[in-house]
Amino acid sequence: MMLLAGTNLQAQDEDLLKLVGGDEKPKKERIKYAFKSPRVINGHSIEFLNPGTMDFRILHRFGQLNKGYENFFGLDQASMRMGFDFGILHNLMAGIGRSTYKKELDGYIKYAPIRQSTGPWSSPVTVAFVAGMTLDGLPWSDPNRKNFYTSRLAYYFQAIIGRKFSESFSLQLSPTMVHKNIVPLETDPNNIYALGVGGRLKLSKRIALTWDYSHVIIGMPDSGYYHPLSVGFDIETGGHVFQLHFSNSTGMNERAFITETTNQWGKGEIRFGFNLSRVFQIRKGKKEKSKH
Amino acid sequence: MKKIITVMIISILAVGSLSAQKYFTKTGTIEFDATTSSSPEKIEGTNRSATCVVDTKSGAIQFAVLMKGFAFERALMEEHFNENYVESHKFPKSEFKGKLKDLEQIDFTKDGTHTVKVKGDLTMHGQTKEVETTGKLVIQGGKISANATFNVKLSDFDISIPGLVADKVAKIAKITVACSLEPLKN
Repeated sequence: MMLLAGTNLQAQDEDLLKLVGGDEKPKKERIKYAFKSPRVINGHSIEFLNPGTMDFRILHRFGQLNKGYENFFGLDQASMRMGFDFGILHNLMAGIGRSTYKKELDGYIKYAPIRQSTGPWSSPVTVAFVAGMTLDGLPWSDPNRKNFYTSRLAYYFQAIIGRKFSESFSLQLSPTMVHKNIVPLETDPNNIYALGVGGRLKLSKRIALTWDYSHVIIGMPDSGYYHPLSVGFDIETGGHVFQLHFSNSTGMNERAFITETTNQWGKGEIRFGFNLSRVFQIRKGKKEKSKH
Repeated sequence: MKKIITVMIISILAVGSLSAQKYFTKTGTIEFDATTSSSPEKIEGTNRSATCVVDTKSGAIQFAVLMKGFAFERALMEEHFNENYVESHKFPKSEFKGKLKDLEQIDFTKDGTHTVKVKGDLTMHGQTKEVETTGKLVIQGGKISANATFNVKLSDFDISIPGLVADKVAKIAKITVACSLEPLKN
């Protein structure tokens, strides 16, 4: 009797959804939100801005912590970059910025032909390419010699291969080449090659540990220059993302932080810095998502 | 003669489908609204691919919806909805399993509008809670259009709102369901 009653109950509790399921084809789905921001800390990340959004970024790098109280642990000196980044397509974005260091303007375009996804024809990694340019705005160091406008320019080209391994862990590699049209010494190379390693470890829903390192492989001047390493936290508060970090570099564009980092972690020449990112929706999103 | 038989068969089939007892859709609309008077912008998302099945004989009704399918006007809001609030990577689906009450009085073969009570279990963000509401069924030409609105307390579903935005996001979200159900042929 008991058994019968049991089966009867089960029959009543039939899963109606199973009647209409089952014929759905698995579909390709993009893996999103590998990083909180399109920048790991200094370098570009595999993440893109959503189409139709603009990211207003204010970056600050302070003086050296080991200068002590006299300089309020570096906070008395600040270098900044202000930038506007635009999401054009889900895999295309561009941005411009200006840094106080060398009064330098920079601009870039970033495109990802392959994005990490699941389902048929999926890719385990995102592959993105960045091409950028910087324009030095300082007065000529020697106004008496013949100066060319092109001497102010430098370029960088970067490939980024990255993967969101899990909800909390993302890692990326970024081989980069920086070309400077002019260098201070004849012995300095014009082309610098570096490999960047950037990552994120989410500590909670809104806080993540991030790191961003570039190893200069070819073209490092013999002395006085070091590989830039930044370690920090991404903190998300509603519409803002704060990236607080410690770094040995002050530069805030690829030319500056890859080729002109003059401090060493080992000597305690570390600086505090933060990036403040505020994303604005400038074109309304598609509220009506297409049916799957 | 043959033509007449064909017409007869077709009309019998049509009548058969009219008196079907299970109805379904895969393109139901579910709206989520957590706007409060102090919200700086509308906090609402829409999902247009909800699956719904109704058994008019037993009164059983079921919904399933993919949380990733909610689209918001602001991309950042959609990101926060998925990443921070409903955690759609951990809990990709929300489901409702319930019963329509007093269906005996409704003749599903006749056009008409009926008000029905719905009661059942809503599973969202890994938590299951009982919800109850009154919905409207409009029967027209063998199809059923179903509409209902109900409120869910987000804390019942373990969805926490951080203090910083506590006054900008409603603690009780309004869910609006609209489905156009077609006969399910077994």
